[in-house]
Amino acid sequence: MATAEVERRRGQLAALSIAAVVIIVGVPLWWKTTETYRAWLPVSQIRELAKLQLQLSADVEVVFARGTVTPEQQKKVPLTQTQEEDHAVDEDTALKYRYETKYRTATIMEEDALNKPNAAEADLSLHVLSESPCGSLVIYVIPESSSLLPEDVKVYIGQRRTALLRVPQMRTAKTLEQLLHHLQPHIKQVLRVMSFSRADITAALSDRVRFHPGNKESIADSMRAFKSSPGYEITFSLLNPDPKSHRLHWDIEGAAQTYIQPLLTKMSPVANFSIDSQTLHYAMLGVNPRFDNTRSAYMLNADSLAHVINPVEARLGSNAASSNPVLNFLLYVPDAYHSPLYIQDQNKQEVPSNAFHSPRWGGIMVYNVDSYYGPEAEFPVDININMAKVMGVFLAQLRLLLGVQSSPPPPGFLVAPCGSTGLADWELDRLMWSRSVENIATATTTITSLAQLLDQIGNIVINDNIAEQVSSAVTSLQLAVAELEAGNLKFALQFSKEAIQASEKAFFDPSLLHLLYFPDDQKFAIYIPLFLPMCVPILLSLIKIASEARQKRREKQAKKD
Amino acid sequence: MKLLTLLSLFVTYLVTDCINIENTAGQFFSSGHTNNWAVLVCTSRFWFNYRHVANSLSVYRSVKRLGIPDSHIVLMLADDMACNHRNPKPATVFSHKNMELNVYGDDVEVDYRGYEVTVENFLRVLTGRLPPSTPRSKRLLSDDRSNILIYLTGHGGNGFLKFQDSEEISNVELADAFEQMWQKRRYNELLFIIDTCQGASMYERFYSPNIMALASSQVGEDSLSHQPDLAIGVHLMDRYTFYLLEFLEDIHPASKANMNDLFKVCPKSQCVSTPGHRTDLFQRDPGSVLITDFFGSVRKVEITTEVVNLTDPIEQVDESPANGEAREEMYSYVDQLPVSEIIHQRRRSHHCLTSHLTS
Repeated sequence: MATAEVERRRGQLAALSIAAVVIIVGVPLWWKTTETYRAWLPVSQIRELAKLQLQLSADVEVVFARGTVTPEQQKKVPLTQTQEEDHAVDEDTALKYRYETKYRTATIMEEDALNKPNAAEADLSLHVLSESPCGSLVIYVIPESSSLLPEDVKVYIGQRRTALLRVPQMRTAKTLEQLLHHLQPHIKQVLRVMSFSRADITAALSDRVRFHPGNKESIADSMRAFKSSPGYEITFSLLNPDPKSHRLHWDIEGAAQTYIQPLLTKMSPVANFSIDSQTLHYAMLGVNPRFDNTRSAYMLNADSLAHVINPVEARLGSNAASSNPVLNFLLYVPDAYHSPLYIQDQNKQEVPSNAFHSPRWGGIMVYNVDSYYGPEAEFPVDININMAKVMGVFLAQLRLLLGVQSSPPPPGFLVAPCGSTGLADWELDRLMWSRSVENIATATTTITSLAQLLDQIGNIVINDNIAEQVSSAVTSLQLAVAELEAGNLKFALQFSKEAIQASEKAFFDPSLLHLLYFPDDQKFAIYIPLFLPMCVPILLSLIKIASEARQKRREKQAKKD
Repeated sequence: MKLLTLLSLFVTYLVTDCINIENTAGQFFSSGHTNNWAVLVCTSRFWFNYRHVANSLSVYRSVKRLGIPDSHIVLMLADDMACNHRNPKPATVFSHKNMELNVYGDDVEVDYRGYEVTVENFLRVLTGRLPPSTPRSKRLLSDDRSNILIYLTGHGGNGFLKFQDSEEISNVELADAFEQMWQKRRYNELLFIIDTCQGASMYERFYSPNIMALASSQVGEDSLSHQPDLAIGVHLMDRYTFYLLEFLEDIHPASKANMNDLFKVCPKSQCVSTPGHRTDLFQRDPGSVLITDFFGSVRKVEITTEVVNLTDPIEQVDESPANGEAREEMYSYVDQLPVSEIIHQRRRSHHCLTSHLTS
């Protein structure tokens, strides 16, 4: 009797202890060993960055030349004003444009410079006097009677960061405030051209905000330039379809060094560039040009240009080791039979540059060599290509494709031709503004969507290096936004580039591949054969223990009554 | 009186002609893409799945013919039919019986072959999460202005597609991969074509914008193969892709055929299964989408109107010879496959010149 009781007690104890071990030790152990390693991410900071609020500041100096202000107005100058403009792009993105304007009168040396015979020389001597830092502008207000600018031009934009503004005299302006009020719209117009404008910045935010422009020109403008990338590859190719007739020589190394490299060196804060060149023989165009009797030349009309690029593209190589976008510049020398070859536009007019470009791809120029030799020449003819002319066209196309030059200036504006580097300082500033904003926008979108992705999919392992990249991206972004607010353009661009690099590295890390989609029925199918055979005896014995205990309690109750 | 009517007719003709030119110019920029990519995947191996390889190769051939270069095509073939030792005509893959059309050609460039075609690699190509040593030709380097064509073929079922007879990709994973592509703006518009049994189940779960999907059969239906060739001994093509190839052979790069024509390819009478399509996620009207927007690569061009005036002469890069001896210029061919640069063992100099040895 007693042994049965002891046996039963022992049985109960065994069942209870096994259940205890399973629940207290087993379940936590299983939970711990099947959880994925997820390093900590600064989620709250990322959520803060998701609501992008940028402030762009520019320093503007407005200098009044002699004759634009009356003596009593002059007493109130020098003066500093701050203007702010809000631009809400959508519910997540808000921008603020801030202009810190300092008004002062011109110094004697500046007056001397402004008395030069024409605007270009004035610009040069003004630059010698003082150099404006990156991101700032100087506007010289000159009297209406000044002969610096031609008749119909009211603003001259120089090669550096200066502009000459000629404002019609306002006779009723007594106080300085009235004069400033009168100048305000003109200064705003200049600023929109030379620093940042709503259209530029909205286009730069195209990653976050789908750009819905009104007209075809804006669509074309937004599609033309390459997106911001840490590096670009530029390839110059010489296409010679007729080596039997033409033996072409081009000094590409010297030409690239003299004409293209200065632009690329000046743009080095924006991106790295590498230049390649190649010569392709027997490379034909994919289209047949028509012979035009009136001009006794072969013509390529605008509609067929779109089909020229594809057959050639298959033969252009690219660097296997890098994933940077490639800009291709092709120089096509027509064969002797099809010379001369001209491109005609939609209105059947000849194109003076004889070149065309394709958005986000590159440019092609047709170079006719029929003038180099007469009909009795002995083939093959040695031809030295005039690289200055060729590089002039390629440089213009390069400026368009890199986003340096976008819309034509408003009427009444005269823009100085870009210098030997091919890039004016204020154009570089404008590019840096839009690139910084673009980088910051892209980096915030990347980081936010990465955080969202990692949150949604619980099975992805987050390694330490990814968490590190994300944290460094977040810090760089915060620094970039702060520098933009302070107006330090160079630092803002640098931090934004670091932010983009870190965020892309984190997003495209090969370890973040989610291959573990388990529907619920598959999860059950895996766990049931493992756990069910083990749990069934334990559960049954627990139920038996519980029912016996209840029965005993009922018996005790019955005994009491 | 007659002269007046004639004149008015002439004037109206001129006006409409001008509007037409404007329209074609406008149409250039209405699609919003500047480049085209294609990802063509065949997921089955073994000789009796010859038709799947022929499917992918025929789409590859059409896409190349219409202008997309090899550098923009990622071709994944799970098995090598052309050089299979059961192939009575080696180095060929035929799509029509009596060996009418060899879709293998002599310039095919397969990027992922054999056992490299796995679900993991496919998803890595789509999302861009490739190891840094992957060469350029194996990457999908699309941007926010790329139109991508994705073509899948093989054996499938309700909600999955079988890879290499050993693993499968589910429709949820595919939809998630497309969403990640959208998050990173890796495509402008996506055309997804699938030729498998119950293919319509694969596009049911898509939720990212700008995706248009076509499938060869509905859920519960099988996609059937077209015709066997008795000399080769296997079925050469699947019906849907066979009629798709016939449709595409009529398209040339300047063609104006639109997506509504593509939806009509292979009706039930020819295909036995019912092809399906899904356009609710696509923003433009399918009638305004050209076939060449996805299958071809018609580049947009603009005339260059401005020129920079360069007046400086070229500086002569003088290399002063050391010890008074003239240095001989050594020409060499650039490495076809710069393996050491790809695996980052050697720094690359930034000015590289490829010169051809001229006699």
